[in-house]
Amino acid sequence: MSRPPVGIVLVSHSAALATAAADLARGLACGGGDLAPVLPAGGTPDGGLGTSSELICEAAKAVDRGAGVALLVDLGSAVLTVKALLAEGDELPEGSRLVDAPFVEGAVAALVTASAGGDLDAVAAAASEAYAYRKE
Amino acid sequence: MTMGSDMTETIGAGFLVRWLAAVAEDVDREADRLTELDSAIGDADHGANLRRGFAAVTETLAKEPPASPGAVLTAAGRQLISTVGGASGPLYGTLLRRAGKALGEDGEVTRERLAEALGAGVAAVAQLGGAQVGDKTMLDALVPAVEGLRSSYGAARAAAEEGALATVPLQARKGRASYLGERSIGHQDPGATSSALLFAALADTAVAEGAA
Repeated sequence: MSRPPVGIVLVSHSAALATAAADLARGLACGGGDLAPVLPAGGTPDGGLGTSSELICEAAKAVDRGAGVALLVDLGSAVLTVKALLAEGDELPEGSRLVDAPFVEGAVAALVTASAGGDLDAVAAAASEAYAYRKE
Repeated sequence: MTMGSDMTETIGAGFLVRWLAAVAEDVDREADRLTELDSAIGDADHGANLRRGFAAVTETLAKEPPASPGAVLTAAGRQLISTVGGASGPLYGTLLRRAGKALGEDGEVTRERLAEALGAGVAAVAQLGGAQVGDKTMLDALVPAVEGLRSSYGAARAAAEEGALATVPLQARKGRASYLGERSIGHQDPGATSSALLFAALADTAVAEGAA
């Protein structure tokens, strides 16, 4: 990759769901080249269901290469926590963005696009476009 | 604290620290009731989540007492966002953080200033959750409470309590409870109930400190 890749964080109420979504995205996105960094931020630090701003911020910092970080979320407090962090705080890396996308399909689209060298706008657009793939 | 009429009474950082400590006590005492309300229409974690959040707030503020009222609310909001784990964390966190930002660095503020700042916080909560009054959320208590606070601490408490009770016949339009549709009718909203606790604790603190 000629320029640094966009980082991706997958935020779910469930650690297992976030981890599996990240694994799935890596598995489907790998096309022989380097993958963009993607990390799960699921559940609470004690392993329960919920949202942890610490886990989100840690993951965002870990995937940040200076090209922005796309955060994909499942529902409820995951959405609200990321929005609150973006609106009020300085905890997330500069260039962090909440991406409006379906969680699983969006994760795959975002990682494919980021790994192909797409910038944050392209990654966000690809993830959001996943809403348009009808299943029947 | 300066003594005198309610109009000129100002409050400092210590007042707000003691308010939030009172909220932590009230939430701890009422946690089972909040969770019970939440088990009817939510995911039964509101009491435990808020208990954890406000206990962490009290601990943080006691360890490093901020110098200004604005800094107290900002620190408390930040702590709530990071420790609650449910939707009430970012919502209450945003309420306090935005209010703290609105207060700025002033060492003493009037009740009217506090009402204005909390009003900015409530507007931020409405924007964050995309909700409005009547959706059966914490806004049903917060909006009238902030309005009441312009008159007195007691009026804020009464308005919040009334607003929380008025959520019973409403159908939820936001949050997990909205998935229940008409089945959410007949239950008091847990978020509006905990919001009323905040303003009850504020009125208690004001009475205890001679500010009301």
